[in-house]
Amino acid sequence: MAPKVPPQAILEQSSTAAEAGHGHAHETPPKGMLRWLLTTNHKEIGTLYLIFSLTMFFIGGIFALVVRLELFQPGLQFVRPEFFNQMTTMHGLIMVFGAIMPAFTGLANWMIPLQIGAPDMALPRLNNFSFWLLPVAFGLLLSTLLMPGGGPNFGWTFYAPLSTTYGPPSTTFFILSLHIAGISSILGAINIIATILNMRAPGMRLMDMPLFVWTWLITSFLLIAVMPVLAGVVTMMLMDINFGTNFFNAAGGGDPVLFQHLFWFFGHPEVYIMILPAFGIVSAIIPTFARKRLFGYASMVYATAAIAILSFLVWGHHMFAVGMPLVGQLFFMYATMLIAVPTGVKVFNWVATMFRGSISFEPPMLFALAFVVQFTIGGFSGLMLAIAPADFQYHDTYFVVAHFHYVLVPGALFAILAGAYYWLPKWTGHYPHLRLSQWHFWLSVIGVNLTFFPMHFSGLAGMPRRIPDYALQFADFNLASSVGSFIFGFSQLLFVAVIVLCARGGQKAPAQAWGDHTDDLEWSVPSPAPLHTFETPPTFHRPAH
Amino acid sequence: MVRNETDERQAGVKRTVWRSAAALAGMFAFAFALVPLYDVFCKVTGINGKVDTTAQALVHENVDESRTVTVQFITRSGAGLPWRMEAETRQVRLHPGQTSEVYFTFVNQSDAVSWGRAVPSVSPSTATRHVRKASCFCFEEQQLQAGERLELPLVFQLDRDLPPEVGTVTLVYTLYPIEGKHEPLQADVQTIQGEEA
Repeated sequence: MAPKVPPQAILEQSSTAAEAGHGHAHETPPKGMLRWLLTTNHKEIGTLYLIFSLTMFFIGGIFALVVRLELFQPGLQFVRPEFFNQMTTMHGLIMVFGAIMPAFTGLANWMIPLQIGAPDMALPRLNNFSFWLLPVAFGLLLSTLLMPGGGPNFGWTFYAPLSTTYGPPSTTFFILSLHIAGISSILGAINIIATILNMRAPGMRLMDMPLFVWTWLITSFLLIAVMPVLAGVVTMMLMDINFGTNFFNAAGGGDPVLFQHLFWFFGHPEVYIMILPAFGIVSAIIPTFARKRLFGYASMVYATAAIAILSFLVWGHHMFAVGMPLVGQLFFMYATMLIAVPTGVKVFNWVATMFRGSISFEPPMLFALAFVVQFTIGGFSGLMLAIAPADFQYHDTYFVVAHFHYVLVPGALFAILAGAYYWLPKWTGHYPHLRLSQWHFWLSVIGVNLTFFPMHFSGLAGMPRRIPDYALQFADFNLASSVGSFIFGFSQLLFVAVIVLCARGGQKAPAQAWGDHTDDLEWSVPSPAPLHTFETPPTFHRPAH
Repeated sequence: MVRNETDERQAGVKRTVWRSAAALAGMFAFAFALVPLYDVFCKVTGINGKVDTTAQALVHENVDESRTVTVQFITRSGAGLPWRMEAETRQVRLHPGQTSEVYFTFVNQSDAVSWGRAVPSVSPSTATRHVRKASCFCFEEQQLQAGERLELPLVFQLDRDLPPEVGTVTLVYTLYPIEGKHEPLQADVQTIQGEEA
């Protein structure tokens, strides 16, 4: 076979690699907005993702506060039930697809090339495209709130026929926005897989990669496997609504339960998409601040893979109440409980890493520790929900709300915050403001637990989810939840303050900002990381195990 | 040397992208393949209460007089169809193998003609395959003139293989409008078999 001539850009790159330190190969980037619109640099795109996700986090957070405001006391005070439903739905959609997922993708963009010693992502232009799809998708989604009939009001799970036969006219726009967001995630996932499999520093084997890279590799495979299923489901909805098909319409021979099967076949892997990268972040932070090597690296990798594989076999536990045959209930119950084993391995490894470590409590470590404790609480309530006979009591109550918020807020979100605090010195060259970070941490922990812990009790007592009004006996629990949610929500402004201060100045951070207890490659480049790094592949030294 | 490595790397990226794209296309197709697969799975196993909507021959075998099974009828209208539907009796007690006939009354309470269809479902799902219907209004669509009243029969039997733990079988009929044949809801639906009879 004749050797292919590499494209011009590659030639330039390799020539710079030869005469290292010579930065002439990079054209001066366009100024102003155009620079951000056209950038193909993984660090800039990572920053864009993170800022976008933070913006969505605040928008989704405002929606959540509207919900909590209405639930502050029984009766209808502030919003009409129709609008309340739009708020719960939009809160869920924005937080899942607009805040948590892009935040992890942003961290992946920033950190994966740095952690594997690659000069950039494998497909930089595709990277730019997948980011800029997001503002389009969520601009479209948010605009449905202004359309006649309002935005989506059927819950973030958009069960048919609630979302097809009975959905508002804007549902078609909701479907389109979900398609675009899905394409963005898929392209991001392809890019990450291509980067990790092909761009590692010479000598770095898969089993040498930092766990954040590993968890993201597995997450990308999950994304590629299930986002097309989501695309298929919303396409079927689109056809049911507009083209007269009957996928989910019982009157025409379709089946609404089929919707739930398809949705949760996507939906359960989706919840692991939102937690696996969090495992990776925490697995980087805990060893750094315990000043010990991560306990059980290989078992962490295998546990992550096991969780990912099992995630395809447990979707039925979301639908115990649809009238599933006993065999099905038993299968999904046991398969779900099986997931507790690899998850338990992970929690054990984190604790074992800290055991007899020399621990210090910098802001990233505070958030990582809170993650381990609170994620475990969410895991335990998940085990309770997995018990099929008991689930009939918990189904669609606030107990479920408490469960998934414990794994997503003090779980996934705290891991993202931990990652942001951990890598801010690398991004900006400054340490985050210590006092403010501590205030942010403690107010967040208190707020989040005050919000979500009482929901366990209101749920067990029978309070249904997605309702704007409730019986009097739930008033005290809801009052506590609402007070907590406002503490939590407003304390996130401190996080914005920390980021702004950190970007502007503060205590200078050296290259190894958190000491020399970690050999991850990102700490070998200066802080702040220059725009272009690792144009000459670094020499990777396998740490002695 | 460097050139070869970059070359190799580019080829590797290309390979990864093509494989991922193939996996993507496969999963998208799989999502649609799940629809017929799900139907087949439900039919074969009888779970989900899905029943055959075609007439089955009654089996004239010995009636199992040692067992008596309660069969309940539940009718649900709604879904925007202004009809009332009632069973002449809420429940019957019969032996497996015995043939039974129950009449259902349909009343169109509006002052316009409309089309509807009763969609059946059986509970518990283990009994689904043991309900044999020789004649049922649920096999076809009904048209009712304004204010019209119609009585239609259900002729069925429970076969003798009905699992022994089943003491009660519930037949649920849900009335759905046949859309496109009267005022459309948001989803402008036409059924597969829904062409004019």
